[in-house]
Amino acid sequence: MNSLQIAPPDDRVIDKRIGLLLRFGVMLAATVIACGGILYLIHSGARVVSYHHFAGTPASLRSITGIALGAVQGNGLSVIQLGILLLIATPVARVLFSVLAFARERDWLYVVISGIVLTVLLYSLVGHTRL
Amino acid sequence: MNQLEMSEIIAAASFLAGFLGALSGLGGGVVIVPLLVLGFGVDMRYAMGASLISVIATSSGAAAAYVREGISNIRIGMFLEIATTIGAIVGAMLAASSPTRLLAVVFGIVLLYSAGMSLRRKKPMALDGPADHLAQTFKLDGLMPVDGDWVPYRTRRIPLGFGLMFGAGTLSGLLGIGSGAVKVLAMDEAMQIPFKVSTTTSNFMIGVTAAASAGVFLSRGYIQPALVMPVTLGVLAGSVLGARFLAAAKVRTVRLIFATVIAALGVEMIFNALHGRLS
Repeated sequence: MNSLQIAPPDDRVIDKRIGLLLRFGVMLAATVIACGGILYLIHSGARVVSYHHFAGTPASLRSITGIALGAVQGNGLSVIQLGILLLIATPVARVLFSVLAFARERDWLYVVISGIVLTVLLYSLVGHTRL
Repeated sequence: MNQLEMSEIIAAASFLAGFLGALSGLGGGVVIVPLLVLGFGVDMRYAMGASLISVIATSSGAAAAYVREGISNIRIGMFLEIATTIGAIVGAMLAASSPTRLLAVVFGIVLLYSAGMSLRRKKPMALDGPADHLAQTFKLDGLMPVDGDWVPYRTRRIPLGFGLMFGAGTLSGLLGIGSGAVKVLAMDEAMQIPFKVSTTTSNFMIGVTAAASAGVFLSRGYIQPALVMPVTLGVLAGSVLGARFLAAAKVRTVRLIFATVIAALGVEMIFNALHGRLS
């Protein structure tokens, strides 16, 4: 070892909690997607569908309220889409959690850095997805 | 083929992709798009949407396992995510305005590159040496476990790594992939982070990067739930099982086989795009 000081902060408590958060988010999302898939296949499993031509999904599957409304009505595709939204939310929650964890450690530089990442993510999700 | 049969076959194929991806360490995400486009005649944009969502699932799932072992570097990850997330939004915007044939050609090149990258030999990293000024400012040096001890490592060439990460993010948004191969290049080769740390940190970052382009993909109608469902559940189950077998597998052999598959898919993507078989 040389004399230069290397003092990496101990992040292992943060690491553990983030790991749990990610695992919970993925499990929840996968469960919702599977439930929606079963609903969808019971209703439309016998239909013949081709995805060869791109038409884009209907507007009700592109907006958050449209997805929530369809999911409440028990539409299988909307329930799958809800699970997908949960999956997308998982890494966003991870970044939000990091902002809070760095704030608790009083590491203001990394509060700002993770805050920038969170802002970019929210811009992408809120700025493009219609409510 | 009706919807039920198609879902079953796609789920099974995605399971295999996730399994081999986890075993080889290359990730299953990169083969999902060629699988759907070449194997099932799915439109490129729907395939990219399904791939992107499966990448978020496997990244978060795998990261959960890795993070608990404490070898990813959260600060390096978070710092570089500024570059990857902005890149991802730029890439997703570019995807919307690019013809699918061009996307297919770029995709083929990325597949060939990923295959080549996966077979290269790893150089041992210099752990010590002079500290990098920027690395110290941003607290990017860290500790990693070696034979039960915590050994310090250094991080170098931060601007180059940051720039390469922007490129990795752009590719991720453009093609709906995790672009782990470019991320590892930026961290291994440019920033000289030890392989153990760079691989897990890259895995950790992939989900956040993909989430940044997911909003754009969703609003453009690329996220087709009937297609995402079998792909995501299949890849996720496959990668969880693959990670279990990791210790017992001959990684070098699996890697070689999977890299060959990836390279062949790359050639076929380019060939089909140039011959106008992809709409």
